[in-house]
Amino acid sequence: MKNSLGREVPNSFTPYMEDSLTSFTPIKEKDKVVKTEFLDSIKECFDLLKLSDGMTLSFHHHLRNGDGVLNLVLKEIKERDLKDITIAASSIFPVHEEMCELIENGNITKIYTNYLSGPVAKTITSGKMKDLLIMSTHGGRPFLIESGKLKIDVSFIAAPCVDKAGNGNGVEGKNACGTLGYAIADLKYASKVVLVTDTIKDKLEFVDLDRQYVDYVLKVDSIGEQKGIVSGTTRITRDPVGLIIARNTAKLIDELGLIKEGFSMQTGAGSISLAVTQYIEKLMIERQIKASFALGGITSYYVKMLESGLIKNLYDVQCFDLEAVKSYKNNQNHIGISATEYAGPHNKKALVNKLDFVILGATEIDVNFNVNVTTDSNGIIIGGSGGHFDTARGAKTTIITSQLLRTRLPIVKDEVTTITTLGKDVDIFVCERGIAINPKRTDLIEKLKDSTLNITTIDELLKKAHQITGIPKNVPHKDKIVGVVLASDGTVIDSIYQR
Amino acid sequence: MKIGIAGSFDSCDALITVIENDKLEIEIESIVENQFKDEIEKVIRTTLQALDLNKVKVICKDKGALNYTIRARLLSAIARMSDDNA
Repeated sequence: MKNSLGREVPNSFTPYMEDSLTSFTPIKEKDKVVKTEFLDSIKECFDLLKLSDGMTLSFHHHLRNGDGVLNLVLKEIKERDLKDITIAASSIFPVHEEMCELIENGNITKIYTNYLSGPVAKTITSGKMKDLLIMSTHGGRPFLIESGKLKIDVSFIAAPCVDKAGNGNGVEGKNACGTLGYAIADLKYASKVVLVTDTIKDKLEFVDLDRQYVDYVLKVDSIGEQKGIVSGTTRITRDPVGLIIARNTAKLIDELGLIKEGFSMQTGAGSISLAVTQYIEKLMIERQIKASFALGGITSYYVKMLESGLIKNLYDVQCFDLEAVKSYKNNQNHIGISATEYAGPHNKKALVNKLDFVILGATEIDVNFNVNVTTDSNGIIIGGSGGHFDTARGAKTTIITSQLLRTRLPIVKDEVTTITTLGKDVDIFVCERGIAINPKRTDLIEKLKDSTLNITTIDELLKKAHQITGIPKNVPHKDKIVGVVLASDGTVIDSIYQR
Repeated sequence: MKIGIAGSFDSCDALITVIENDKLEIEIESIVENQFKDEIEKVIRTTLQALDLNKVKVICKDKGALNYTIRARLLSAIARMSDDNA
């Protein structure tokens, strides 16, 4: 079966169709817990929960590549040789390598996630998992959970600090990671909830995780490594090509009139995006313009702008560095939000829909403006949507920045290897050799008709890339589908093949 | 046996080794092998043909170099070889 994008969809999945409406009937929240029990052994925890074959276990990724909680649970699954377990983790990182063996041995047979990198990505791409990998988005995941399409038996929530009643937060304790936005749907809708913590205090400064949902608190020596939560990409580019792209992007945003009193933005943690943010900051200071809010994963760069009064509020679903963690703890204008509040397709008030612009990256972009951030040009899984799909869909203007070539590989393609984000949601592509505007955005083309920037077309950029590199051969894939890429409403945009 | 080496393992470069041989042999290892192996081989062959060289073994370890880089590295490796720089 094919979807409206012409991509293959495995049986039993709903194909993506242009303008299909997301219907949403929420399931009931979990029953209120009368008394939270405290445990100090994972074995006892598994016994009490009667963890057995075929169950679905969920995790959040706020500790990123410093996470120790998923690995702790994996060890016990292996110890008990549980089979056919589904893992629903909001992201999976290289630190979770132990999962490979459990996939190969049939302990884990299905995975839901929004982002996947490292050894687990390689194992799944090579076709070793029995069932499919389901790649969702940061907004799509809570939609699946809250609509009952993804039923969680037990959620193991890494909680940096817990009080004696069973409330938790992300800002105290030795492994503070900041907001816990990706865990909120799990907390409210999983059948059973376990907070896993290494720090218990009499009283918390404030509560991110309400004890009424918490069945058990599991005390361990360490939930992970705080320094691992810092994303590997949170540095401003020093590459001269990257800086040209950033400068032109800032100029473009300015020419489009997007830097005006009360504007809002999401620029993420990519090295080019951070440089754009710095240029925007300079413009704001010069013209005394203040933004109403900045959204998304929050870095120290946004914290600085909040503190200097350039941004009124930060809405933070995920802290990208320790300065952000500290600011979330201490600054009341730095507000934590759940993934549903951030990007839920079932939430009309989702903050992504209020964004004036978002700046995103790309592994590939095609002549129809479809973007791939899920696989590389050889079809190997290297990431995933995260909030890419959701913010592109929600924001009024979606800008993709990237170099035109990555070593010899053109970023612009006739067709992307895997569609992560739909071309109809992408407005502008900025690279060092020009700026291409989606022909559907005639309003933007009109606004930029007298621009001194190098405005060109995506076909022209493809031609330029091929002139430099030669025409790349298409890489054939095997027939077996190993995963699907979902739109935020759970319909299938594309399939991922064995390589 | 004469050997010439040019280039590097840096990104967008290629390390090319040319060795005296009894016939023409070309070995290519590239990070963009799936997309550009044929293209790389073509560049090497045409460069060698223009010089009338057919008794060499060329080993190209490529990190995504463009055609002109590969040609330049190959020519340098050949030049170093004739200089007996092994």
